[in-house]
This record gives sequence, C-alpha cells and structure tokens, in this order.
Amino acid sequence: MNPATPQTASGEKLMIEMIDVNKWYGQFHVLKDINLQVRRGERIVICGPSGSGKSTTIRCINRLEEHQAGKILVEGVELTRDLKQIEAIRSEVGMVFQHFNLFPHLTVLQNCTLAPMWVRKLPRREAEEVAMYYLEKVRIPEQANKYPGQLSGGQQQRVAIARALCMKPKIMLFDEPTSALDPEMVKEVLDTMIALAESGMTMLCVTHEMGFARTVANRVIFMDRGEIVEQADPETFFHHPQNERTRLFLGQILY
Amino acid sequence: MDTHVFKPDQPAPALSVGPLGWLRANLFSGWFNTLLTLLGLYLVWQIVPPLIDWAFIEADWRGETRADCSREGACWVFVGERFGQFMYGFYPQDQRWRVDLAVLLAVVGAAPLFVAAFRHKLRYGLAFLLVYPLLAWWLLHGGFLGLIAVPTSQWGGLMLTLVIAAVGIAGALPLGILLALGRRSDLPAIKVLCVTFIEFWRGVPLITVLFMSSVMLPLFLPEGMNLDKLLRAMLMVILFEAAYIAEVVRGGLQAIPKGQYEAAQAMGLGYWRMMGLVVLPQALKLVIPGIVNTFIALFKDTSLVIIIGLFDFLNSIKRATADPAWLGMSTEGYVFAAVVYWIFCFGISRYSQRLERRLETGHRH
Amino acid sequence: MPVATSPGRRGSLLSDPQARAWIFQVVAVAAVVAFGWFLFHNTQANLQHRGITSGFGFLDNAAGFGITQHLIDYSESDSYGRVFWVGLLNTLLVSVIGIILATVLGFVLGIARLSSNWLIRQLATAYIEVFRNIPPLLQIFFWYFAVIGPLPGPRDSLSLGNLIFLNNRGVQMPAPSASEAYGPFMLALLAALVLVVLLSRWARARRLATGERFPVFWSSLALVVAIPGACVLLFGSPVNWSVPELQRFNIRGGWVVIPELVSIVMALAIYTAAFIGETVRSGIQAVSGGQTEAAASLGLRHGQVLRLVVIPQALRVIVPPLTSQYLNLTKNSSLAAAIGYPDMVSLFAGTVLNQTGQAIETMAITMSVYLAISLSISLLMNAYNARIALVER
Repeated sequence: MNPATPQTASGEKLMIEMIDVNKWYGQFHVLKDINLQVRRGERIVICGPSGSGKSTTIRCINRLEEHQAGKILVEGVELTRDLKQIEAIRSEVGMVFQHFNLFPHLTVLQNCTLAPMWVRKLPRREAEEVAMYYLEKVRIPEQANKYPGQLSGGQQQRVAIARALCMKPKIMLFDEPTSALDPEMVKEVLDTMIALAESGMTMLCVTHEMGFARTVANRVIFMDRGEIVEQADPETFFHHPQNERTRLFLGQILY
Repeated sequence: MDTHVFKPDQPAPALSVGPLGWLRANLFSGWFNTLLTLLGLYLVWQIVPPLIDWAFIEADWRGETRADCSREGACWVFVGERFGQFMYGFYPQDQRWRVDLAVLLAVVGAAPLFVAAFRHKLRYGLAFLLVYPLLAWWLLHGGFLGLIAVPTSQWGGLMLTLVIAAVGIAGALPLGILLALGRRSDLPAIKVLCVTFIEFWRGVPLITVLFMSSVMLPLFLPEGMNLDKLLRAMLMVILFEAAYIAEVVRGGLQAIPKGQYEAAQAMGLGYWRMMGLVVLPQALKLVIPGIVNTFIALFKDTSLVIIIGLFDFLNSIKRATADPAWLGMSTEGYVFAAVVYWIFCFGISRYSQRLERRLETGHRH
Repeated sequence: MPVATSPGRRGSLLSDPQARAWIFQVVAVAAVVAFGWFLFHNTQANLQHRGITSGFGFLDNAAGFGITQHLIDYSESDSYGRVFWVGLLNTLLVSVIGIILATVLGFVLGIARLSSNWLIRQLATAYIEVFRNIPPLLQIFFWYFAVIGPLPGPRDSLSLGNLIFLNNRGVQMPAPSASEAYGPFMLALLAALVLVVLLSRWARARRLATGERFPVFWSSLALVVAIPGACVLLFGSPVNWSVPELQRFNIRGGWVVIPELVSIVMALAIYTAAFIGETVRSGIQAVSGGQTEAAASLGLRHGQVLRLVVIPQALRVIVPPLTSQYLNLTKNSSLAAAIGYPDMVSLFAGTVLNQTGQAIETMAITMSVYLAISLSISLLMNAYNARIALVER
C-alpha cells in the first residue's frame, strides 16, 4: 500500500469516506477501487490528466453521478438511492462548477437566497443577510442586484462560491473552478478559495493550479486512468514524488 | 521510484450494462417507469396488431370491383383501380409516358447535385434550373415540337401536386431572398415595402389567398384577360411562401457577423457582389433547415388548392371516394393519401437533417 | 435596379451612393404605386362592367340563409353583418378548443420525448413524426369522411352510459342550464376563489418573513371543494342537465356538437400538438444540464429544481414559438371551409360573397380579421420577448 495513506485518528469522525468505489460508463471502467478518506478541515487537491476520473470522483460524493460498486459515506451516512437522504447530503455539500452554472434568470442576490429560502426555510430577510455576508466575503456585494450575464467570468465564479456558501455547507467541492476563466481572472477566484481555506472549510478541489495546491492543500492526490496513483502532502508530492507517472505528469504541467 | 501497475478494466456489473442493464435503465428504473412501460406496451398492443391486420393480413389486394372486397380488412383494390387517376388526374392515358419521362428527367438531372464528389454543382445546378422548366413545359403541356397539347385543366393527381410544389419553391426561394434583403436594407422606402408585403402574407391564411385568387384576381386584371386557374394558384403559392422564406433567410442574414460585411466592403465589393459572393452563401447555408421546413409546409399546403377546384392528389382521392361505385372506401383512400404525403415530407426532412449534420461538421474545420 | 457601378464612372449621378439610393427608392415606390393604380383602374372598370356597386351597405341586408351552428342568436332574417359575427365566433370557437387540446397534448408529448423511459420516448417520437408530416386538410378529411361519416345514424348511436351519443350527426352530450341554485353557487365559488387568492398571498408573505411553509395547494383545493360543495348541499344542484334522449328516429335534447366541428378540432389539435411537442422538447433541452446539476447540488428537491430553475428558463424559449403555433392553428381553422363548417371564411368569404358579389369587401373584411389577430399577437410577443430577455453584458 501507499505509505502516504493518512491514518484515521481514533475517534475522529471522517467527513467523507470512499471505500472501493467503482463506476462504469456503459462498459468503460472510469473509477477503479477508489479509496479516500477526508477528515474535518482537510484541504485536498486532486490532479491528473484529463479523463482520469477526477471530476467523476467528486461528482459521486454529492451523487451527481451514481457509483455501481463500493460505498460512499458523507459524515458517516451512506449514499443510497434514497432521494431524501441524497437531498439532505447535498444541502451539506457545496459545489462549484467549471462553468459556474449560475441561474441566468435570477439576480446575483436571488441566486444566493434561492436554496436557503427553499431548502433551509429561512425568512427572506435572513436569507438576504446571509447572502450579503458571503457576497462581501467574495468581495462583490455591489453586484447583488445585477444578473449573472452582466458579470465577468471571475465575478460569476465568485458568486457561485458565495451561492454555495450561503447554504453553510460542511464540505465544499470544486470542479476545475478556474479552467473556464480568462487568465487575468484566475487569481481573484483563487484568492477567494484561499480565504475560504483559511477559515477552516473542508475542501476537495479538482484543479491544475499547482501554486494553489502548494500553498493551501494538506494533501495532493494524483489520479490516472480511474485510479488513485499517489497521494501525499504537497512538500513530498512536488519535491519527492514516489511514482513515475506522477513525476511525468508534474513534468508536463510545471514546465 | 515506484512504477504504478494499473489494474485491468473490470467488466461492468451485469445489471448495469448489456440487455439486462439496458432494460433496467430504460424501461424499469422505478415503479413509475415500469407503470409507463406497461401503459406504453398496452397502447402498442391496442394499435399495432389491429392496424397490421387491417392493412395487410385481412386486406383484399386482387380484383377489379367493389364486390371483390369481401374480407374484413382494407380494400386496396380500390386504390389499385384508381391508381392512374391518383397519379395523373385526367391526363390522357396514352400521353402519360410524358409525365413519367418528365419525372425521370428531373430525378436523373438532379442526381449529380446529390453526389458529394461532383465538383461543378453550382454551374450545373443553374444550368439545370434554366433548361429543365422549358423541357418540363414541353413534355407536360406540349402543343409544339410534335407533342399534342394537354391543357392544364386535364392535369391532376400527384403530378399536379408535384408541379405546384416545384414551381412554388422555385419561385418562392428567389423572391423570398430578395424580400429578406429588402427587409434588411438601409433604404427606408424599400424596407417599409418589404415589411408590409411580408407581414401581410404571413398574417392571412393561405385559403383566403386562394379564395382571393379565384374571386378577386379576375377583377384586378384588364377586361378580357384571363389567367389560367393553375397559374393563379401557383402565383398565390409563390407569393405566400416567399414571405415565409423571407423570414427564414432574414434569420440567416442576422446571424452573419458584421465583420463579414465590413471585410467585403473593404475589398471594394458593391452591394450586390457583397451579398451574392460573401454574405448570402454563408447565410443560406445557415438556414437550409429552415428553408427545407418551409418547403415541407409548402408541399402540405398544396393540398389547399382543392378550395379553388384544382384536381391535385388529395382532391382526386376525395373525388374517387365519393364515386357511387366505390362507396365506403374513404378510409382506404385517405390512408393511402396520408402514406404518400408522409413519405415525401418525412423523406425531405430526413434528408435535410443529414445535410445539416454534414454542413455542421464542415463548419468546425 | 441598381447596378454595382465601377469606381471609374465618376461624375455620373449613378456613382453617388446617396443619389443612387434615392433614385432606387423613388423608382421602387413609383412602380408599386403604378401597379396599385393599374389594379385599381381595372377593378373599377370591371365592377362598372358587372354593375356591382362597391361599399359596405350590403352588411345591413338580410342574409336569408340558415347556419348550422351559431353561438349567438341568428335567424335567416338577420343581416350579413350578423353573419360576420357568427362566423368570427365560430372561428374563434375552433381556435380556442383546438389550442387548449393541442397545448395539453403537446406538452405531454414534449415531456414524453425527454422521458427516461425508452418506450415512451419512441412512442412520442412516432406520434410526432407521423402527424406533422401529413397535411392538416387531409387529416380533417380523414376525420370527417372516414371516421365520423361511416358512424351509424342517430337510431343506432354509439352511447357512453346513455349520456353521450356518437353518430354520423356528431356528438350529443348533456347540456347544463342554470337552476335556481345557480346564483348562490357562483357566489360561493367566487368567495372560495377570493379566499384562495388571499390565502396564497398570506402564505407567501409569511414564508418570506419567517420561512415557514403552509400547504397552500391542498388547503386551496379544500376551500374550492368545500364552500361550493356546502352550497350544493344547502340549495341543491346549480345546473339542470338536459340529457339527450334516444327517440325513435333521432336524439332529442342536450348539446349537439356538429361533425364538422368535431373533425376540424380533432385534426387541428392532433396536428398542432406534434409541433408543440417539438417546441416544448427543444425548450426544455435548451436549459443546460449544468443548471439542473447546480440546483440539485444546492439540495433543492426534484420538483423545486423544475419549478424554480428549469421551467422559468424553458418558458422563455418555448413561449414565442408556442404563440406562433397558436397563430398557425387559428389560421388553419380556415380549412373548415373545405368541409363546410360555418367559420369566418366559409360563411363570409364563401356564402356571403357568392350571394352579394361583393368580392372586394368580403375578402378585405375576412383578411383584415386574420391580419388583426396575427399582428396584435406579434406585437404582444415582441413586448413579451423584450420583457423576459435575459440580461446580458
């Protein structure tokens, strides 16, 4: 086994646990025996070549994708076909997408208050206060009454982060949050994510931003062909990769 | 340095792929879905076997008169007996080879346009468009160069439907393009004229237009001048469908980026050359599906000429079902008509979808 | 026609773009005016020749013919003007019933086209491909001549529980007429509706203020059933049903829906539904999968995802083509003329025109009605589009 696999401290509750997860698209085996444990407050970056199953892995955690074998537990609760349970888990797990997926027919503020009002059943006033709090956190309170179409890509992605945070999730999943952005906008989104990390949020982040991984992650996971090939703390991962595949990949993306 | 050994792919669990997986995912993925499947099966069971029974198994195929239809199912004898009338109307029997030849020439003549490898499509197509109508007129109408004249009042059946549709689209397409250009024009007077024209024709039903052609057109023309009934109908169909084509083409013109116009002007092209060489080829390519849809609508609309008493395909069937010798054959007649219209319309729409896909891939490279 | 002039021809009026534009426009307008005058002149001469006086005076003359279906009182002695209204209402009747049926069927088809159930998807596709590729007039003929025509006569009507009768004279069904309890019943219904509106407003305000939910749908349903229901218990049924009765040779009483109306409504609803189905499908598909995923990942329930995210966006795409389908159906209702249903076209542009010979006036009136409907709906649509357009940079 890989020596870098983190040991679960006894008594500590795992936020996410994936045990021997397998998934197929038709006959194509996309995830092979994925085992992953995420503790509270951990910040994990997943990287790997395209098509390696990174996005699929995190999309399984809030069941945007269904796995066919193995177990996924979120806060100790197993993901099954039970819709109620899935909805409950989704409201605790925030997700940020590559293409923002803001609701174009709602204002920025309404984007942020929609789920708190309908899922958390907050009064509007309270939902708006929460929304403004997080919009300030991502530093765009002045855009609250604009529509997503009026914002730049970077601003939209920050709104998407705020929208997810308004549900006060315990875990945040990021699915290549900066890949669709123009280069000059990447930094503003990464800064927001760094600030979020500093607040102690449990984060799982699929990204190719290795600078972000170095400064923020507790653990970096390298995936290839549907498997976790290597996982280690950033120091070890970047400077002493154990695996040939990892080294090859790092060589391609760092230089 | 470790070398990761990748695990071999495992086959997917039997329940998620293969016929079983397919059934589970597509038909029985929950109680509601299962219920829908059962409902669907019930519907199919109610419709398909009786239909096949009626149309094929229990049907009468051979015979000459109504008395030969003794079985429960459809009486296709009727369609067989009247087939000539359905196809040619009252076109003299010994002259029908002329219609066949015209159709054959159209098919053979147009065939190169559908061969992907043929290089001179545009030039050939234009030549075909110039020569064929003359040839078709000579064959169908005659009256010169050795063919006896068959007046349009004797034309009928599917042949008449095809003639109206073909002339309709051949006339409506160029007129529609001109109208679309006019609507997008910078000249206010032209724009107003075109908008008025387009909105008028799009605002009224074709039936009122045909009514108008038969009751008002005689009033509009100088005394003593009389237009052929078929010609009047075709004129109306052209004007009517041109308005719809214009709107489709306008959509394509709007989709062409401004840079294309500017680039063409920068090259010193005048208005007509800019449109003809740069803008229209791109715009028309974009709206081929829309044009084809309009053509399908036009083809279906040709059936309305029944209103002014032309003997198109539908009318010849309607007349035949009213024949006392063949009473009670409405179902057979209309089902046959529906199948023929359907084959044409569905065929055209399928072809346009294929064309669309091909052009789409052409666009990406 | 202007020619693309070569830059070499200087000095000529034709090489000045501005002058050319003017000349071109003047020529075009002059040509149109001349053509119009030509038509006008011919018409004048022809009318004089035939001894027809133009004008709308004929509208006051007695029509002198009967109409099989009229929604307003009409008798042979009524004027041509009244025939116009009878025809217009009959056209609108076909359109409204057809639109309602086509919308319901079309939405079912559109959703079925996107079903996860393979069989349902295939059935919906088959329906759409079959019916949209057959001319509507043929479908009308099919219903009229091949389905209703061969039905038995009134004596041997097919009956549904002796309440609804189906025969070659159309459909006979029970007709309601107001009883003494009608007034109180309508009042009770009105009261219930007002309460429902107030209740939902209150519930919404409370939800926004405190976040608490109130089962608005179920309590509204209870109100709408209970209050008028109590009224019925107190005062008796609000309507008297006149049930059609089978007699020796025909059927008496009840509402008679003439076969022409049945045929044309069935055909147009089935035909238009195929197009509406495609409109609905593409509207829903236009909402990207990412929207559904984003909404679901926030913990919204499936129903909420549809109601709050998918439908509001899909409607923006669906409504404009949907209205144009409604317009098509309204225009297609003129096909009624082909089977003699007394609509606008067959009554006014047909019978009235033949009787009076006032071709220009009757055609102008008929076409103006359709034009007015089309243009006003287009204007409404443009306003709607401008209002709901997504705000972009």
